[in-house]
Formats: sequence, C-alpha cells, structure tokens
Amino acid sequence: MSETLAVTRIPLDDYAELLGAGEIEELRALAKPLRGRSIQMVNSTAVGGGVAEILMRLVPLAEELDLNIKWEVMSGGEDFFEVTKSFHNALHGAPYHARQRDFEIFLAYNERNRAALPLDAEFVVIHDPQPSALIDARKPGSNHWVWRCHIDLSHPHRGVWDFLDTFVSRYDGAMFSSPEFSRQLPIPQYLFYPAIDPLSEKNCDLEPEFIAQILTRYQVDPHRPILTQISRFDRLKDPVGVIRAYRIVKRYFDCQLVLAGGSASDDPEGAIVLKEVLREADGDPDIRVIELPAWAPLEVNALQRASTIVIQKSLREGFGLTVSEALWKKKPVVASAVGGIPIQIIHKHTGLLAHSVEGTAYQIRFLLSHPEIAAKLGEHGHEHVKENFLITQKLKRYLTLFLTLARSS
Amino acid sequence: MFRKGGSVRMNTAETPFEFVTVSYLTRIGNQSADTLAELLTGLENCSDASIFHHTYQTLGSHHFLTEGFSNDFAQWVLADTNRNDLAEQLAALDIRDYVSIAALRSDLCRVLGDFCAGFPHFARQSALERFYFCESVEVTAPLGRSARTLDEFRDGLAHLSHAGFYFHFISSRLRLQLQTNDFSHWLSDGLGLQTLADSVNHIDIYTNTLDSSRAKLLRLIDRERRKT
Repeated sequence: MSETLAVTRIPLDDYAELLGAGEIEELRALAKPLRGRSIQMVNSTAVGGGVAEILMRLVPLAEELDLNIKWEVMSGGEDFFEVTKSFHNALHGAPYHARQRDFEIFLAYNERNRAALPLDAEFVVIHDPQPSALIDARKPGSNHWVWRCHIDLSHPHRGVWDFLDTFVSRYDGAMFSSPEFSRQLPIPQYLFYPAIDPLSEKNCDLEPEFIAQILTRYQVDPHRPILTQISRFDRLKDPVGVIRAYRIVKRYFDCQLVLAGGSASDDPEGAIVLKEVLREADGDPDIRVIELPAWAPLEVNALQRASTIVIQKSLREGFGLTVSEALWKKKPVVASAVGGIPIQIIHKHTGLLAHSVEGTAYQIRFLLSHPEIAAKLGEHGHEHVKENFLITQKLKRYLTLFLTLARSS
Repeated sequence: MFRKGGSVRMNTAETPFEFVTVSYLTRIGNQSADTLAELLTGLENCSDASIFHHTYQTLGSHHFLTEGFSNDFAQWVLADTNRNDLAEQLAALDIRDYVSIAALRSDLCRVLGDFCAGFPHFARQSALERFYFCESVEVTAPLGRSARTLDEFRDGLAHLSHAGFYFHFISSRLRLQLQTNDFSHWLSDGLGLQTLADSVNHIDIYTNTLDSSRAKLLRLIDRERRKT
C-alpha cells in the first residue's frame, strides 16, 4: 500500500548555533508567504537510499516553517522494483534490452498509485523515475508539479529515456544535481544539490574519546597519518586504485590506509570486489579494510574525523556526498574529477582533484608535505559545504522554487 | 547628522533602511562550452541572468575564497583549460566597476575575443570539463527589520544572513545603477554620513569574505558612533 510517512520533529533553532541566527531568520522570512500551503513529496522508498535519508530530515524542517508538507511513498511489487532497477541502470548507460512488458508493469503500478495517493497539493515534488508517470493525475492548471531527478542522465539508454521523457516533459520543471546530469528538455531545469545534515549522526561533532575508541576497535594507529576512503566495495569507487596510490605515497610517508564500506555479504558483486581489494592489500598491516554494518553513521563519522586526508577516487560518481561529509569535518580531500565531485572540490580552493592513480598519489604527498595548505583547504571546504550543501540550504532552495513557481502562475 | 560645538550628533533618517534577504535558484541553461572559442560564443549569446550568475552571484556563494577566485569564467579557464594568463585577465574584471550587465559582458567578450584572436590554436583546444551556462532566478523577502538610526542599522547588520548581506552589499550595485551599495547609499542619503559611506564602499569584496567585510563595516560604524 502507498503510505503517508510521519517524521520525527527536528527543531530548526538547533541549527542556529552552527549557522547563525540570521540564516534561520532568513528561512522563516522566505517561508512566510508559503505558510499553510500544501506540498507533497513523493518517492518510492521509506528507508534506505539517499532520497529517503534526505526527506527524513527535510520534511520535519519544512514543518517547522509551518508548511503543510506531506511525504508519500508509492507502493510497488517486486516486479515493479525489478523493472525500475533495470531502468535505473539503463539510465546510467548500462546495457538494457527493452521489453514491452517492463513498460506495462511500470505504467500499471503508476496507475494503481495514482488511484491510491491524494495528489492534490499545490506543489507536488516527484522524486526519480519510479513515480514519474503519476503526472497523469494532474488536473489541468490546478497545481505545480516538479520532477527531482537524483541520477545522472548524461548518457541514458535511448529507449528508456524516450519513454520517461513523455512524462517528464509535462512537469513544470525538473531538478538535477549537476548541469552535466541534465537533458535538453522543453521545461525549465534547475540545479538542486544533494545535501548533508550537520546534526545527523554521520556529521555531528563527536567526543575525541569516541573517535579514539573506534580507531582502537579497527586497529588504526592515531599517531601516524591516516588516509581514508569511505565507499561501498564497488569497482566504480576504484578501491584497488586507492591501494596503488597509497603504495606510491608509502614510499615517502609512513602512513596507513583505511578502506571502509558497507558489508559486502549480501551483495555478490561487492563480495568479489572485496576479495580483489584484499588480494591487492596483500596482508599489508597498514591497510585496514573495514566491512561496516549497513547503517553505521557514527563509525563513518569517527573514521572521517580521524583521517589526515580523505580520498574519493571514483571512476564514475553520482554526486559523491561523502566528499561533502569530509569537507564539513574540515578534512583535506583528494578526489577524482568525475560526476558531482568537481562541484564540491574547487581545485586548489576546497580540495585537490586528480585524474589517475599517480595524480592521486602526488596530491596526497603534496598535502602530507604541506599540512598548512591541507588545513586551509579543509577550512575552505567546510565553508563551501556550509554555503551550498547543507540540508538548510536545500530547504532554502525548495522555498525559492515554490515561490518562483507561485509567482509564475 | 550635524556638528554642534565640535561634537557630532546622530540624525534619524526620514526613510528607514529596510533589511531584505535574497535567495537564488540556479536555472540550467541550454548552452555549454568545450573550448575557449565556444565560451566566447556562449558569452555573446547567453542571457543577462547568466552573466549575473557566473559573476555577481558566484562571488556571493564563494565569498569564503579570497585567493584568486573571482568569477566562474576565470575559474574554468584556469582549472579546465590551463590558460593562467587569460584566467588572470578575466579575474581582474571587478564587478564594482560596472553598473550594467551589458558593460560587463562587453568587457568579458573583449578579453576573451582578444585572446582567441591572438592564439587561435588554444581557442580550439578541448577543456578538461565542459562549462555549463546557468542563470540565477532571484527571490527576495523582507526580514521585517528596519533602521532609522545608526544604532538600529548596526543591530540589523549584525543579525543579517550571508545572503542578506550579499544582497545589500554586492548585488545592489546593479539595482542602484550606481557604483555604490545599499549600505553606503543609505548612510549617505539617509543619515548624511558621507565619509562613512565612502569608507564602507571601499571595503574590498574580493579580498574579504562576507564575514570579514561585515566585521570591517561594523568597526567603521563603531568608530563613527564613538564620535557622538
């Protein structure tokens, strides 16, 4: 069954200490003309995944501003989610053999949800492709519909995109995480960055004792430089490349490498990649390969905070929010110039970009040799996140969008 | 403000200063550039809102960078085409010198056009990453706070968000069509504090962050208040 999710209250004033009272006052001022007006967020999952994680925090903050906001989750059977997963991969450019039956399943579930969900808010925000065909429920001229696309559509499977385009083009606007991810569309397209929550367990301040405890648990030496990449064990995150970069750095610096990611036990491909990583590590006692539980925000937080340098050497990336997580913690970051990473890492200002194993190693060596520059990059990175990639900024962007849409009518 | 017997007495402005904030939505345009020549074509044809976004607005959203970050065009030329000399020329264009987007666009095109004409082989080289032209869609909101005296003005200023400060101090130059900002304009016209207004207008927005600009402004106001 489709459901309306209840969310836990998050006092907006809790953010004032981090951001300043003026920023909160500003949110209230922008929200004033929208008080009591109805908003619906619709996605396809209540838990797991970045979208649910963001809505879990965004919706209660919008409620704090007296917006009449609801979060609806569409329902679907296994067959629907198999189809949408294959669509998701195809939209990322993976091979896909279009079957008429897939499109029929997609449409049937959207139709069923159209009947079940009360899609009558003044502003309806549909997240990702799964519920995109709900636009058929729109009554002419009655409300504003926008589509938030969290995936990279730069090289989509033609057949799948052409099918979705017939729905997307009927929205009042579409939002993408990077200009690079967008398509040529007949509707306005807006830039909407993903966001992190500075008060969540993954990003909040931690006691030094807790960080020390985590390092002890994973046998990491706090007295030597720690290089860290937090990522699932996926070839696109290039963990083997990270080890190769570390080996180059190791010739010059007595450092350690931490590769930490979600457990690979329920992911067959992840398990294979993990084996490749362990083989490449070859028993080096200074390489810690850590399989974290599926939800381990405090451990991730502690490992990032303990790091000397955070690495994100992806070969391909969505937005790569782990970069913002590290920057928020004032960590110098060396990352690949792929996906949304260059938006977060302004080269030589908020971090260093690299394009190869050798380049990654060189940038790490440079930062280890110049800790004052590393510290400055971390400081600037923190400010960059504060200005652009926090949940409060995302809320502000939504308020601005709703005000713009309201003005246009 | 007027002087009597060597002391300074503060005026109350007839027209209050109304504190406002601003928020920008970034609209993704349909133009992008892979080479310097394409960047020039884009600059010639993009909307005024796009020029504003990549110069004025980017200065606000990257205000914490005070070492060499000036506008998106210069940053792209530096990071993605490796043309340091051209990047420096583009970065040197100071938005305080302009009261219209047309004039700023004209100078951006002139600098880039001269380079492309002088080095046609560089102009055709592919960049590491494409440049995407975007536009700013502006929404303003009154903060419900106003000032008639210097004390009230200082209080409002101290509580202003970054965006609000940016709106009054940086983007106001285009709105006023004067080479000044909202604060200086009101300090001069509303309170008659011309010297203070001039000092405020001389705060360098490229080598200061919004926070350090505000701190300087507050110090200047405090110095003025001590005269009373």
